[in-house]
Amino acid sequence: MGFDYFFKLFIGGMTKGSIYALIAIGYTMVYGIIGLINFAHGEVYMIGAFTALIVAGILSALNLPMFAVLLIAVAVAMIFSAGYGFTLEKVAYKPLRNAPRLSALISAIGMSIFLQNYVLLAQTSNFLPFPDMIPDFAFLEPVKQTLRTTQFIILVVTAIVMILLTLLIKFTKIGKAMRATSQDKIMAMLTGVNVNRVISVTFVIGSSIAALGGVLICSHTGRVHFYIGFLVGIKAFVAAVLGGIGSIPGAVLGSFVLGFTESFGAGYISSDYEDVFAFVILILILTFRPDGILGKSTKQKV
Amino acid sequence: MKKTVLIILAVMLSCSLLFAQGAEEANTIKIGVAGAHSGDLASYGLPSVNAVELVVANINAAGGIDGKMVEVIVEDDQCKPEIATNTAAKLVGEEVVAVVGHICSGATKAALGIYNESKIVVISPSATSPPLTKSGDYPNFLRTIAPDDAQAVLQVDFALNVLGSKKIAVLHDKGDYGKGLAEFAQAAIEGSSAEVVLFEGVTPGAVDYSAVINKIAQVGADTVIYGGYHPEAAQIIGGMRAQGLDIAFIGGDGVMDATFIAVAGDDAEGVYATAPVDTTSNPIAIQAAAEHQAAYGEDYGAFFLNAYSAALAIVNAIDVANSTDYDAIMAALKSEYVQTAVGNISFDERGDAIGVGFSVYQVNNGTFAQLD
Repeated sequence: MGFDYFFKLFIGGMTKGSIYALIAIGYTMVYGIIGLINFAHGEVYMIGAFTALIVAGILSALNLPMFAVLLIAVAVAMIFSAGYGFTLEKVAYKPLRNAPRLSALISAIGMSIFLQNYVLLAQTSNFLPFPDMIPDFAFLEPVKQTLRTTQFIILVVTAIVMILLTLLIKFTKIGKAMRATSQDKIMAMLTGVNVNRVISVTFVIGSSIAALGGVLICSHTGRVHFYIGFLVGIKAFVAAVLGGIGSIPGAVLGSFVLGFTESFGAGYISSDYEDVFAFVILILILTFRPDGILGKSTKQKV
Repeated sequence: MKKTVLIILAVMLSCSLLFAQGAEEANTIKIGVAGAHSGDLASYGLPSVNAVELVVANINAAGGIDGKMVEVIVEDDQCKPEIATNTAAKLVGEEVVAVVGHICSGATKAALGIYNESKIVVISPSATSPPLTKSGDYPNFLRTIAPDDAQAVLQVDFALNVLGSKKIAVLHDKGDYGKGLAEFAQAAIEGSSAEVVLFEGVTPGAVDYSAVINKIAQVGADTVIYGGYHPEAAQIIGGMRAQGLDIAFIGGDGVMDATFIAVAGDDAEGVYATAPVDTTSNPIAIQAAAEHQAAYGEDYGAFFLNAYSAALAIVNAIDVANSTDYDAIMAALKSEYVQTAVGNISFDERGDAIGVGFSVYQVNNGTFAQLD
């Protein structure tokens, strides 16, 4: 149980954290803007993975280099999932924007079940092998026991996504509009922010990041199935709540806390209780910080 | 008390039926078929009815057993223990000589006591719970399917004697099937020359199993026995090979699936899995399948061959014993070998079939091949 073992578990935790983060961002962005928990987000991630699988299947017939196949598959998956996210909001959430919160929540759960069954019927109920689009890097060969190529890619891509997202929100016009909408939707509207557009953009960004996550995660696990979105969606949701739902840095932090907890818990205690550790840490943090690690306490409007 | 009342009621009812139908029935030998024939699990029970009816039709067409016609009495238990006791009481009332059934282990256990009191032979095609035979509580019970722990015993035997394993990591998916298999394997390893260096569950559907894979490497296991289904097995073996952990991997019949090879790809090569012995080339099985196709116009369902074999064993035992006496039939079942659709079988002291069971398969060039 030396340092080497600790480091392996550390890398495992980083990988899990990155995976959760890519999905948790979508949850937290949507919650931050419209106060809705988008339960269908996990399904958007799953659809992204399926789209990439189909695109890769078509492209592999064209004899393109693997790198090109990967890029095109990721791009198409992101565009497709963004389309799903956009439509999802227009169809299931926009008509209910002024309805009680519970209605929108039920609508979200309904969309989640609908999308799962849609993929089940349109594709298959079997597990499918996910194409091995990420070639093993030669420079990682000596350390593959510690860091696999897919883990390395997931870590790097997550870091890049975080940086780009931070830049987008801090320094662009749409980022400013998003922050304004999140603070006060009506006031933002009065100052000329196109709130509908901001909401749509939020869904598009969250969904395309989820699709990116879908491709990376399925490359890592090597398989895809219509139900994969559910469990990962729940975990990512826990991560978002842990970090303070509505806060993007919070979602990322929460994801890493969750990933490390699971990895070290499984490694040093028992993987039987992996989920138990995840929820124990959630309960502990919510006991002391009810709004999550980085969440702001909001006063209920009466 | 409730059971006794039920039996009395059932006997009274069936007696009145007997009187109504007249005395000519006495010249037939009755075989009961009990199991789930309606409800959620009907698809497990109905193929057994077809199997027994086909066997009996053949026997009757050939003049019956020593001139006596065989009659099939079908009773439904819906796989529910509380209904199974009624089912058993009805069949006892019908004075059946033997019963093919029940289907589910729970229902079988509930019904067995009633048959035992009336000394009726029961052969289940599908009840796999180990204590049904191992407890010794039901001397009237036999089965034509291997019990749940047979697989684990074979896996451990294979690991110790063929692979020469010393340090075995036992993993499972925390489900009934997987954890049960893993616990049987653990029990089989304890007391042998090897040791269980790791016994852990993994979460099905998790995105990453690197923590548990690191742990397998850390404890220095030379073999992994996995209780669970193919999706997680494929992901774990993929992760093990990607991390350069090149040790033996043994799964159960939940792993032996074409999807496992499709998903795990090259990493699947060399993986072992235990699964029921392949009986597709057995001539009686082929004949039974053809009979089923001719009579019902479709392929047979779950446990059909096991039930077909159970019926053949009963008919053969009655024929050999030349009697419908319980002790004579039981002695014949436990001493005589009979050619059936699941092989040439007999029954051991406890009632498990000899010659029925599992075999080790290995992935070789993209298919599971049976090892000798």
